[in-house]
Amino acid sequence: MLSTDEIRRIDHEIALVPVRKAASIEALKIVQHHRGWISDESLQAIAAHLGMSAEELDSVATFYNLIFRKPVGRNIILLCDSISCYVMGYEQIYAHLQALLHIKFGETTPDDRFTLLPNPCLGSCDHAPVLMINQDTYRNLTNEKLQEILKEYK
Amino acid sequence: MARKLLLEHINVPGINTLDVYRQKGGYRAVEKALKTLTPDEVVEEVKKSGLRGRGGAGFPTGMKWSFLAKPEGVARYLVCNADESEPGTFKDRYLMTHIPHALIEGMIVSSFALGANTSYIYVRGEMMPQIRILERAIAEAKNAGFLGKNILGSGYDLELYVQPGGGAYICGEETALLESLEGKRGNPRIKPPFPAIAGLYGCPTVVNNVESIAAVVPIINDGGDEYAKIGIGRSTGTKLISASGNLVRPGVYEIDLGLPVEEFIYSDEYCGGIANGKRLKATVAGGSSVPILPANLTLKLANGEPRLMSYESLSEGGFATGTMLGSGGFIAFDEDQCIVRNTWNFSRFYHHESCGQCSPCREGTGWMEKVLHRLEYGHGKMSDIDLLVDVSKKIEGNTICPLGDAAAWPVASAIRHFRDEFEWHVKEPVKSLN
Ligand SMILES: NC(=O)C1=CN([C@@H]2O[C@H](COP(=O)(O)OP(=O)(O)OC[C@H]3O[C@@H](n4cnc5c(N)ncnc54)[C@H](O)[C@@H]3O)[C@@H](O)[C@H]2O)C=CC1
Ligand SMILES: Cc1cc2nc3c(=O)[nH]c(=O)nc-3n(C[C@H](O)[C@H](O)[C@H](O)COP(=O)(O)O)c2cc1C
Ligand code: SF4
Ligand code: FES
Repeated sequence: MLSTDEIRRIDHEIALVPVRKAASIEALKIVQHHRGWISDESLQAIAAHLGMSAEELDSVATFYNLIFRKPVGRNIILLCDSISCYVMGYEQIYAHLQALLHIKFGETTPDDRFTLLPNPCLGSCDHAPVLMINQDTYRNLTNEKLQEILKEYK
Repeated sequence: MARKLLLEHINVPGINTLDVYRQKGGYRAVEKALKTLTPDEVVEEVKKSGLRGRGGAGFPTGMKWSFLAKPEGVARYLVCNADESEPGTFKDRYLMTHIPHALIEGMIVSSFALGANTSYIYVRGEMMPQIRILERAIAEAKNAGFLGKNILGSGYDLELYVQPGGGAYICGEETALLESLEGKRGNPRIKPPFPAIAGLYGCPTVVNNVESIAAVVPIINDGGDEYAKIGIGRSTGTKLISASGNLVRPGVYEIDLGLPVEEFIYSDEYCGGIANGKRLKATVAGGSSVPILPANLTLKLANGEPRLMSYESLSEGGFATGTMLGSGGFIAFDEDQCIVRNTWNFSRFYHHESCGQCSPCREGTGWMEKVLHRLEYGHGKMSDIDLLVDVSKKIEGNTICPLGDAAAWPVASAIRHFRDEFEWHVKEPVKSLN
C-alpha cells in the first residue's frame, strides 16, 4: 500500500509526462525516499498505480544503481573505484573503510548505520580519492579525514 | 593567455545567481536571438561557428540541428545530456555547479532555434546538488520572464525541466538516455533512425552535451564567424578539458583548440607538469573510452611534429599511433603506474556498465576483465595477451552502441604500446605484483 503522501508525489510526476509509465523511475525514488529501499510489496503497489506489471517495473528498478531492491543502512557510502581515484589512493581508502566499519562492498553494518557500495567516477577526479555519503561528496580523502567524516553520520 | 568564453566569470562571487550573471552580460544572447533573429538564423550562426559536439563524438552541432525533422503538428524536443559519467570527465558538472545560467541561457536559445516548446536537462542521478542548483536557476529565469509563455514578448513559449537519472553510465548514450526519460531501462536503440528523426516518444529530438549548449551563448553574442576564428582547422572554438591523475594542478581548463599537448601538461598556466617530480609514462587523452598513448606519442606525432589538443591532431596516426579528443577527460599516468592494473580497472568498469543487450559486449567485457585480473594477480599465461587482443577485436564494430568499442580500445591500445609490460606480468608474477 502506498501512503497518501507517496501517491500525491507520484501523481505530481505523472502529471508532467505524456504516459504514466514514464514516471516509473521517479515513483521508485519517491517510495525509496520514504522507505529506504524497494521491497516486493512496494514494487507491486507502485506498478499497480502506474498501470504496469511488477515484472516490467522490476526490470527498470534493477537496471539503475541508485534504486535499492535490498534493505540498506541509514547512510549509503558510495566509494569511487574508477581510474583517477584508483591512481590516487582508492585502495588505501577502501582498506581503511573496511577496518573502521568491518564491512565489505555490498554489506551493511549490523547496527544499520552504513551500507558500503562501489560507484563509478563521481565527477571529482581532480580531487581524488572521492566518496559520497548520501548526497554529500568528500574529496582529497585521507585516512584521518575519513574518521572525522564518518562521525557526522548517525 | 587563452580566451575564456565559458569560464570567463567563473570566479566572480555570486555568478551562480541570475542578478550577477546578468551584470556580467548574461541573457544577452536570449534577447538577441528572440528579438532580432529567426530560428533559422540562429541555426545558421551555429553552423558558421563550426562547433562540434562536446559530448565526445564531435559531430557538427549546426548540421545536427539542420537534420531535425519538422513534420506539421508534431512536437520537437531538445534534450541536454548532463549524464556525464565517463571516468576522468568532470567539466559539465563544474560548469553546472558554478555557472548554471550559462546552460539555462544556452537551452533557451537552442530550443528557440529548434522550435522546441518543452526541453529537458537529463542530469546524472548522483549529482543531486547540481540538480538543485539547476532547479533554482530555472525558477530565477522563469521569474525574470526568460522561460514560460511569450518570452520577452516574442510569442515564443518554453518549459524547461530537469530530469534526474537513476545511476547508469549507459544512460549517457543518447538513445539510452531517451529510453530512460521515457521511464524505461536504459537500453540503447539501434541507430538509424537518429533522434533527429525519431527521438523522445518517437518525436524529432536533438540531444546535445552541456558544453555544446553553453557554447551557443558566445556564438550568438559574438557571431559564428568570430567563434570560428578560434582554434585550428575543423577544430574551432574553445574546449573544456578535465585534467586528472598524476598532475601538479589537476582541474578544469578552458583551452583554445590547437594548444600543444606539451604546453597543456607542463606549462604553469595549465597542469604544471607531473606531480612529485616524476616522469610522464602515458596518457588517456579523451576520457576512459579512448586509446591510451605512451608519453612520446602523447607529446609528438609519429613524424616528430608536436601533437595538438584538437580533434584531428589527437587522432592523427589512427589507432596505430593516435587516440581521440573524446569528452576531453585528460588522465595522466606517471612512471610508477602499472598499465596492466589500470587497464583492468577500465575493463571492470565497462563490464559493470554494459547493458547486456549485445552478446559481444556483455560476454567480451566480462572475459577481458577476468583475463586482465589473472594477469595482474600473477596467474596469467603468455597466450592470454593474444586472447585479449582477439576478444577486443570480436567486440569492436559488432555492437549496437559504441560502449563495446569503448571497452575494446583501451585494452587493444594498452597491449599495442605496452606489450612488454603484459609479458613481464607473466614472466615475473611475484615481482610485478609489488
Ligand atoms: N561525455 C561523456 O561522459 C561520454 C562521452 N562518450 C563519447 O560518446 C561518443 C559516442 O557517442 P555517439 O552518440 O554514439 O556517437 P555518434 O557519432 O553516433 O553521434 C554523435 C551525434 O551526432 C548525431 N548524428 C550522427 N549522425 C547523424 C545523422 N546522420 N543524422 C542526424 N544526427 C546524426 C547523433 O544523433 C549524436 O547526437 C564517443 O566518441 C565518446 O567519446 C562516451 C562515454 C561517456
Ligand atoms: C556509453 C556512452 C556514454 C555516453 N555518455 C555521454 C555523456 O555522459 N554525456 C554526453 O554529452 N554524451 C555522452 N555520450 C555521447 C552521446 O551519445 C551523444 O553523442 C551526445 O550527447 C551528443 O551531444 P553533442 O553532439 O553535443 O556532443 C555517450 C555515448 C556513449 C556511447
Ligand atoms: S554495446 Fe554494450 S552497452 Fe551498448 S547496447 Fe550493446 S550491450 Fe548494451
Ligand atoms: S575517478 Fe573517482 S571521481 Fe572520477
